[in-house]
Amino acid sequence: MNTTLKNLVLKNWYKILSVLIILYTLTWGLLNPVPRLDILNETIRNVYYHVPVWFAMLFMMTISMVHSIKLLLNNQLLSDLKAFNASVIGFFFSIPGLITGSVWAKFTWGTWWTFQDPKLNGVAISILIYLAYFILRFSVDDEIKRARISAVYNIFAFVMMNVFIMVLPRLTDSLHPGNGGNPAFGKYDLDSNMRTVFYPAVIGWVLFSYWLFELKNRISIIKCKLNE
Amino acid sequence: MLELIKKELTLEFRQKSSIGAVLVYVVGTIFVSALCFKAKLDKPTWNALFWVITLFTSVTISGKSFLKETGGQALFNFLYYKPQHFILAKIIYNMIFMLFLSLITFFFYAFFIKNEVENMGLFLIVLLLASSGLAGILSLMSAIASKANGNFAIMSILSFPVLMPLILVIIRLSKQAVDGIEWAGVGFNFIVILAALNVLTVALSYLLFPYLWRD
Repeated sequence: MNTTLKNLVLKNWYKILSVLIILYTLTWGLLNPVPRLDILNETIRNVYYHVPVWFAMLFMMTISMVHSIKLLLNNQLLSDLKAFNASVIGFFFSIPGLITGSVWAKFTWGTWWTFQDPKLNGVAISILIYLAYFILRFSVDDEIKRARISAVYNIFAFVMMNVFIMVLPRLTDSLHPGNGGNPAFGKYDLDSNMRTVFYPAVIGWVLFSYWLFELKNRISIIKCKLNE
Repeated sequence: MLELIKKELTLEFRQKSSIGAVLVYVVGTIFVSALCFKAKLDKPTWNALFWVITLFTSVTISGKSFLKETGGQALFNFLYYKPQHFILAKIIYNMIFMLFLSLITFFFYAFFIKNEVENMGLFLIVLLLASSGLAGILSLMSAIASKANGNFAIMSILSFPVLMPLILVIIRLSKQAVDGIEWAGVGFNFIVILAALNVLTVALSYLLFPYLWRD
């Protein structure tokens, strides 16, 4: 009994950890004191919810790309399945990311969406890229062919998306806090109080996304077996 | 490889109808937009409209660059050429073709609407880098689309989001050319990024295409 419990914990430590961390950041994120900054005020707490979700999305997209590369190298359909699942989870995470961002923007910038900000455009484009990826998958019937074609597109799109989200926003001013002279959680503003929530939140959501990814993998493997 | 590029070019010139079709397509599009806007365009709109027209033309035209490689032709290419050479040849051929296309577009655009460009040298550099970048991305996308049952809608769905970073840099640079900013004030980091994007796409195509190639 004791050993099985031990095994259970050893196998599932990251799931337990992620739930605990997320619960902690959800509550303490609302309770802990934050610095008062112009415009941002209390909305700075959004940093605990909005940013970690994007980190989780990027993490999933990276996993998806790694599995796509794996597929091209070893030709195993399992990698294709994993690449697809990871991109679905990543896509799923973009929805809360968009909603938290949009609500926040309404209260600070006064609008739900703006085209002035390269980060917002980048996100819109990356969502379009992944929709295109899904459509590409649906349009090819042959499994091996589909795996290879979509892997090629995934890798190409991932690189382009990174150019978009990482490089371009640094060239032009962004409305995002921390860019273009806006107050932010940068060096000066993210005090140690906020760090105690922000960093765990990132870790928690990343672990949580990995849990979802594993679950989705198990479901699709079972489905494959049932089909056989 | 040179031989491959030459083959593509001769094929293109032999099919006079396709070059004619491209010309008519470009002139038609520009004429329609000239009528729609009644030639009352301010500079930013002029710039944006030009690149939208070029973007759509190049996606339409280069969509077919792999679509015709089917059946026996594809098998011959597969047996006869190395995939890396093949994609490079395609890209170089597409670059030449796109440059030609964008120059023609620019000529008719200036003719029917107006030539707003004040820093011509910069604009030509942008045109060159833009057409090679477009060619690089669209060649690979066309190869993917042709493998995915050659559906044309797929081609545009796949290309537009991937082209976005390129297009945004191009528009910004070309805006500077249109505004006639002196060479000293030109954003050279944008030119560097544009060139880097070109290198990146060609390198990625070179690496990834062999995996598409085997069926």
